[in-house]
This record gives sequence, structure tokens and C-alpha cells, in this order.
Amino acid sequence: MATGIKQQDRQDTIAGWLFMAPVLIIFGIFLFIPILFALYFSFTDWNGISPPMEANLVGLSNYEALLVQGGIRQQDFFKALKNTSYFALGVVPLQTALALLLAIVVNQRFLRFKSFFRTAYYFPSVTSSIAISLIFLFLYQRSGLVNRILETITFGVWEPIAWMNDARGLIHILLGWFGLTAQSAEWLGNRVLGLTIWDWISGPSMALAGIMLMNTWTTIGTLMVIFLAALQDVPRPVYEAAEMDGANAWTTFWRITLPLLRSTTFFVVTLGLIGTYQVFDQVYVMSAGGPAKTTLTMAFMVYRNGFRNSEMGLGAAIAVLLFIIIFTLTLIQRRITTGNNQ
Amino acid sequence: MATIGLERVEHTGKRQTFDWPRVRSWLSYALLFLLALAFLYPFLLAVTTSLKTLPEINARPVALIPEVWTFEGYERMQRFNVGRWAFNSAFIAILVTATNVIFAGMAGYALSRIRFPGSNLVFLAILGTMMIPGIVQLIPMFIILKQLNMIDAYSGLIIPKMATAFGVFLMKQFFESLPIEIEEAARIDGANRWQMFFTVGLPLARPAVIALIIFSFQGNWNEFMHPLIVVNTNRDLYTLPLGLALLRGDMGNNLQWNAILAGSMLTTLPMILIYLFFQRYFIEGISYSGVKG
Repeated sequence: MATGIKQQDRQDTIAGWLFMAPVLIIFGIFLFIPILFALYFSFTDWNGISPPMEANLVGLSNYEALLVQGGIRQQDFFKALKNTSYFALGVVPLQTALALLLAIVVNQRFLRFKSFFRTAYYFPSVTSSIAISLIFLFLYQRSGLVNRILETITFGVWEPIAWMNDARGLIHILLGWFGLTAQSAEWLGNRVLGLTIWDWISGPSMALAGIMLMNTWTTIGTLMVIFLAALQDVPRPVYEAAEMDGANAWTTFWRITLPLLRSTTFFVVTLGLIGTYQVFDQVYVMSAGGPAKTTLTMAFMVYRNGFRNSEMGLGAAIAVLLFIIIFTLTLIQRRITTGNNQ
Repeated sequence: MATIGLERVEHTGKRQTFDWPRVRSWLSYALLFLLALAFLYPFLLAVTTSLKTLPEINARPVALIPEVWTFEGYERMQRFNVGRWAFNSAFIAILVTATNVIFAGMAGYALSRIRFPGSNLVFLAILGTMMIPGIVQLIPMFIILKQLNMIDAYSGLIIPKMATAFGVFLMKQFFESLPIEIEEAARIDGANRWQMFFTVGLPLARPAVIALIIFSFQGNWNEFMHPLIVVNTNRDLYTLPLGLALLRGDMGNNLQWNAILAGSMLTTLPMILIYLFFQRYFIEGISYSGVKG
């Protein structure tokens, strides 16, 4: 009997590892080992073309060039960090709020055409980011649909702009309405981490804002479905009780729906942060980092420096820093959400 | 139920001078339809623009209905070898999806059904890879593919994609939700692990398998970053998204919009058709992935 069990255990061990083998081999070769490689190459001057083993170890100099040494690399890195952060700051709250709102509306018991609305809102989520970027490139032209709609709803006040060539920052434009410019105060010209203070507070450029709007538009559907799945788990009696107590839609939302969706919201915000800090395809097709580097994102910089400028070592260093940033943001966000819980 | 103006309007039969709930309900529907239009109209305009002539696109870029219908854009794409791109996209997506489902199924099955030393550690390691953003894998992937001579080759496009942490996670979650008794019965009948997995486990996991097929196909059909680094000079390996993005780059500021949008439609339409046919599974799939929180 005892030997029988032992034999069974041994068989299970072999079977278990055999079943895992394909996944483990692929992950090992194409993920675990390469990541260690990349970490190593971030300390070298490899150009991506010559044999990798001929690359020279240069210590921390890639990281120094990006973070502390004054110069074009440091400027670009913090420009990319600034652009990506504005991107996330604009897109994540907007898409989360809209997705939640749509989910609640589409979840209404007496709503007609329910499946049509769901289908329509989810529509962009299934399609290729490249195709969508090209379609929006068309819509964002000076004579395109977006400008035409804005002209119509502002009764002609809106001046058509070539969105993807417009480097003006949103906050700069706002400040401009109040007569504030880069020359308004001496200290605005002071440099912090490679950029002037005036540069830091630019807000997203019109070009970046265009990509942000498109990104929100494509992601809402997926997030809506995630919220919907969670909403359908909320037992109906909870709402009926609230109704009996005379709660209106507003109170029900803040007191019942939102608290019950806390963990889903955490998930959606995390997904949003991870996604926005990696925005790449859209930038590649629509603006390639321009105009005036206002759509240069961290992810695009990894690609640009590594593959186009043949600075694979530097590119690897940017990727490592980007990983640290995303990881930290997720941790901070988790701390905030669980902190509120207690 | 929290309502935002969409509660059923009760017909009391009484004639009212101003029926506020009904007006509010109509307004809500109008808003919802307007929003639906905002999601659908860009595609609609792109379809019809892909069927216009270039001079007409320049003259009336906002008009929905073409004055002259033409396949000029699609013929241009034909000359750019779009057929080959489409073949590659389909070939890669199908092969990757098939292997992904089998490998993820095997791993998920092992992690939930077979007790073997190290299984917890393996699961944590796989889960951990989900924390590594795709963009961070860009350079490591390039390094290893270069070392293995898989740049500019189908093998480089396909093999690294054959396993995903998401797939393993999805399958494991699903197997865990299934009762183990049916499999135990098969075991008593003398089936080995392999037979149990293929004849009992996998068929029972059909909903999860369908969800994974859809996610995997969608992801790989739309994939851009991976082919971008794998394909260097071999134009025969272009996929639809890669070919389109590079074509846009080649054209610079003189974009032939009917061709570009024709290409976009060829990339978009198959996915949209799959979505319309298998809609239910898209929505269900998201809830299987355990994201309900």
C-alpha cells in the first residue's frame, strides 16, 4: 500500500512537470533568461548590431546619462516621463469614470436596446490599435471630422488645428488666456531635471491630447464590460432595500455601488496605469514622438533609442527604469486603496 | 436599482400637460444613441472613405457618401502585397492560438489537478511574469531572437508567443471551478493523466477554451510590437498591422488615404465579424478571467 502511494506520488510529479514543460520552456527561453540579459546590457554600450558579447561594460553610465548628467538624454528622458505622466493623469480617471457610468447605465433593468448599446460601446476594443490610429489620423487633420464637429458645436468659434502637428501645451494655452507666458516670472526659466519649470507645467500638447482622447475612446468598452461583470454580482435585494429606505440614484451610487465595486475599481485603475505608461503603437503611427517631442513617451523612447538610434544599452536602461516606475505606481495605488478600506 | 432616468414609464392613461419622466427617458435614450454613434461613426466614415477617389477625399474629407464609388484604394493595397500580409496575420494568429490553448490548458490542468512538488512556486513565477510590462520585454526579446537566429523568420514571430501567463491563469482558474468527481471516475476506469486531460478535462473546460481562443486570436491578429522587432528586412513576413504602420511611415505626409483606410478596413473587418458572431463569448470571457475582484 505504502509503495503504491509512493509510486503514485512519483508518477504525479513526473506528469506535473511534463504538463508544465512547454510553458516553462517557452517562458524560460523567451522571458526569464532574456530579462536577465537585458538587465546586464543596461550596464553596457551595446549598439544592437555588433555581436552582443563584444559590448563593453560601462557601469552605471547609461543610468547617469538619463537621470543626472545634464544633456539631451536627460532632457529626453524627463520629457518622456512628463508626457507619459500627463497621458496617464488624463486618461486613467477619465476612462475609469466613463466606463463605470456606462456600465451602470447599460445595466439598468428596464433599458431597451441594451445589447445594441453594449455592442456599440465595446466595438473599438476588439479592433487593431494600428488601424484605429490611422482612422483617427484621418479624423484629426485640419480639414477633418474632429475640427468640423468642434466648429459646429462652438458655432464657429473653434479655429481648426492640425492636431498631430500642434505642440502647444494645454496648460500653456490656458495660462495664455490670462496673459501668462514663459517670460512672466524669472523662476519659470529655472531648470529642474533638465527641463525648465515652464516646460514641466506645459500640460499635454494638443497632439498628445488627441492621442489621449482616442485612447480613452478605445479602452472604455473593455473597462465597461469588467464593471458590468462586477455589477451583475451585486445582489438585487441590496438595491431594493436602499430603494425602500428612500435612497435616490445619487446616494445609491455613492453609498452602495461604489463601495461594492472597490476591488474592481482598483483592478481597472491598475490596468489603466500599466497600459497608459506603455503607450506605444498609437505614438508610432500618429506622431512618432513629434511635434517638438511632445508625444515622446517612455515606451516610444525605449524603441527609438534602442532600435533607431542603435543605443541598445541605453534603451535597456530606459526599460528598466520604466519597469521600476510602473511597479512603484501599482504599489502606491494598492497602498492607497487598501488604506481607505480601514 | 440605481436609475438614471431610465425607469419604465408607467402609463396611467391620464392626459398630462407635461410628462416629465417620459421626457427624461427620451433624453436619456437620445444621449445613449448619440454616444453609440460616437463609437461607430469613425468606422463608418473610414469604410466609405476607403471607397472614394483621392481628389474627392481631399475636397470633401468629412462627407459620408462618396460621389464616385471606387476600389482604387483596395487595388493600391493589392499592389503593396496586402494579400500576403493578411495571410501572415491569419497564419500566425491561428497557429499561436492553437498552441497557446493546448499549452495553457496543460499547465492550468497540472496546476489545479496534479499535486507535485514545486507547483506553488511555478504558479507564482508564472503569475509574476504578468507584472512585467510588454514594452519592458521588447529589448530582451530582440536580444534572444538575435542569438537564436530567429530575426526575420516565422519561428521568431510564432514560437515566443505560444505560451502566455494569462492563458495559464485563465485555465487554472476554470479547472478549479469544475467538480473533480467526473475525472476521478475516469481515473478509476484506468485512464492515465494524459487521457484524462484530453478526453475529460479539456472538453469540460470548453467555455474557458473558447474565451482563450478569442482573446488569443484577437491579441495576435492585432499584435504590432512583436512583429516590429522580429521583422527587419524580410517584407514577405509583414503582418497587416506591421505592413500598414510601415506603409504609413513610407508615405510620410503624402498619405494616400483611400489605400491607408482600405488597409485599415481589411485589418478591422475580420475582427469585427468574429466579434459580432461570437459576442456572447467576448463578454463571458472577461468574467471567466477572474477579474470580478
